[in-house]
Amino acid sequence: MITRRFKILGLAAFSALLAFGAAPALAADTQVAVAANFTEPAKNIAAAFKAKTGHTAILSFGSSGQFYTQMAHGAPYEVFLSADADRPKKAEQDGLAVAGSRVTYAVGRLVLYSKTPGLVDAKGAVLSSGKFEKLAIADPAAAPYGVAAVQTLTKLKLYDTLKPKIVQGASITQAYQFVQTGAAELGFVALSQVINEQGGSRWLVPSSNHVPIDQQAVLLYTGDKNPAAKAFMAFLKSPQAIAIIKRYGYEIR
Amino acid sequence: MSVSGGGLQARFTGRLGDFTLDAELTLPARGVTALVGRSGSGKSSLLRCIAGLTRLNGRLVVDGQTWQDDRHFIPTHRRAIGFVFQDASLLAHLSVLENLRYGQRRAKHGEAVTFDAVVALAGLDGLLERAPGTLSGGERQRVALGQALLSQPRLLLLDEPMSSLDADSKAEILPVFERLHQALAIPVLYVSHDVLEVRRIADRVLTMGQGRIVDTRAMATAEQAFAGFEPDKIRRLALAAHLAGLDPA
Amino acid sequence: MLEVIWTTVKLAGLTTVLLLIVATPLAWWLARRRTWWKEIIAAVAALPIVLPPTVLGFYLLIALAPSSPLMSLLHPFGVRTLAFTFTGLVIGSMIYSLPFAVQPIRNAFEAMGERPLEVAATLRATPLDAFFTVAVPQARRGFLAAAVLVFAHTVGEFGVVLMIGGAVPGKTEVVSTRIYSLVESLQFAQAHALSLGLLTFAFLVMLAMLLIERRAGQAAS
Repeated sequence: MITRRFKILGLAAFSALLAFGAAPALAADTQVAVAANFTEPAKNIAAAFKAKTGHTAILSFGSSGQFYTQMAHGAPYEVFLSADADRPKKAEQDGLAVAGSRVTYAVGRLVLYSKTPGLVDAKGAVLSSGKFEKLAIADPAAAPYGVAAVQTLTKLKLYDTLKPKIVQGASITQAYQFVQTGAAELGFVALSQVINEQGGSRWLVPSSNHVPIDQQAVLLYTGDKNPAAKAFMAFLKSPQAIAIIKRYGYEIR
Repeated sequence: MSVSGGGLQARFTGRLGDFTLDAELTLPARGVTALVGRSGSGKSSLLRCIAGLTRLNGRLVVDGQTWQDDRHFIPTHRRAIGFVFQDASLLAHLSVLENLRYGQRRAKHGEAVTFDAVVALAGLDGLLERAPGTLSGGERQRVALGQALLSQPRLLLLDEPMSSLDADSKAEILPVFERLHQALAIPVLYVSHDVLEVRRIADRVLTMGQGRIVDTRAMATAEQAFAGFEPDKIRRLALAAHLAGLDPA
Repeated sequence: MLEVIWTTVKLAGLTTVLLLIVATPLAWWLARRRTWWKEIIAAVAALPIVLPPTVLGFYLLIALAPSSPLMSLLHPFGVRTLAFTFTGLVIGSMIYSLPFAVQPIRNAFEAMGERPLEVAATLRATPLDAFFTVAVPQARRGFLAAAVLVFAHTVGEFGVVLMIGGAVPGKTEVVSTRIYSLVESLQFAQAHALSLGLLTFAFLVMLAMLLIERRAGQAAS
């Protein structure tokens, strides 16, 4: 009789522990460096992450290059969501990131976009017509969208002709600003930037025109012992995260 | 130097800071008139009004030309005046020679006052290549006088030119000012707070107090009037002068 | 690499010369005027110091974009936008460095005081004559200080160029944005080289200007 009561008490206590104690006792923080172009989706993912696991992802936004340099000098980021694949690769090579943790969390799509309706046709023929003064792209040395833009133009055999008209933004955000203000009549921007824009005209550049804009994430050694960091990396592949990522105009590999 | 000029008739009224200026004066066509009074009596202000550097209501006629009345005001740079300030009269970025030439180059009425005559009058030989900052106080004021004269003025105004000089410099420069009343054929108005200083320089003395001209008396007649006085009367006069704000010592 | 440095030097040099010309009347007015609202104007002229350069650049981008009222004045002349042009950069740099020109020149004029100008007036110099023959020479040190500051400030200008430049080779690509791009793409060796080149050049220019300033100061005393 006593044994049975103990068993029930024990079971009740254990359940209580599970229900109330488990999550708060194990919840942790993790420092995440996020490429600026992924700001909005990242915020949403972090919120969903907290709701699901109780862990808090503390996000910092900036340029991937800057983050890399900081990490190489000991900045305390634990997870790195880059805008490209090169920097995560380099992080692995340089021993900053845990080997094998590298994943593609989103695939960017390139869009030729103009604020002016009717300027950009659905096939991008406006590029050969040359009926514009300035074409904005992101700096290819710094941003994969810039690289993709140059590759697309090269594939269309238009790079040399159009080179004098190209203006470079230091980042894809800048390139978008040039187009938004009309300073450049059109430009190669990220789909995620214009997915909710109603007006203007655009050409969704087929992915075959350029090397895929794989945005990759890595777990850094600083976060190797942090369960929250590992959980965040895993969460990036969860159905909730994927839904958010797609909603913002990215594709999934 | 033989330019002849008419006289000066001036009247100014107005508020300046915490006192009211209400002065009327006449100067003959030539000769040195001293304007004395203690600090704050308005003598420098009156001088500046005549120069056009300060603007008050009034009327000013010089050598038959109206420089100011109710409807007109000729600005300083269009008045043919020479002005010697109490200090810092020279342009610091120019040499003595360039300072002298500055006025000469912009003169409007020909060459009555020549460069050589001015150098002789003010004893400027040997100073020409110097920079103003390297001159003594007395030397600076002599150059300032020369500079003012070379602009061919019709009226010469001096605002306490010896007040910032030490005794030695004053002694050095006094002979130059003494020569003025003979050498120049234009009216000269010499402001000072030191009545004894002007004794040797001026032909007539005007006294100012509280913004008004209170006494006009030709220097010579004043000397005459005091010539036969007994010590007692002199003592009382000195006291009266002292009470009027003048320093007879 | 050399082209980038040359563009930077051209930009800094032209901005310095133009800004000295533009800032002088403003500094003169601020030094001499006695209206109650002149300090409001002075504060407005000092705003570029306070605004973050990228913010300043952002507003400039809007002002230089084709749709802005300012640019519509230029449309009849065939100019669509001044963004991405050297001219646009010069304008941006002039606004960015304006306070560094106005302040020293204004101070120099104020330090001069009234007396030299009164002396000039009694020597029959018109106000314009007195300005050029007395005020400007006497404010010489202020002009030199302004030149040094504006030049240095423009060479180091980054945020504004970033926003309205577009990195057009030979026109709007300057050393500061190039270094940024090199660091971004992790090409540190080149970034180091360019930075060193920029620092050396700027140091030499400033040293030269300061020595000239010192000589001018000694000559005056």
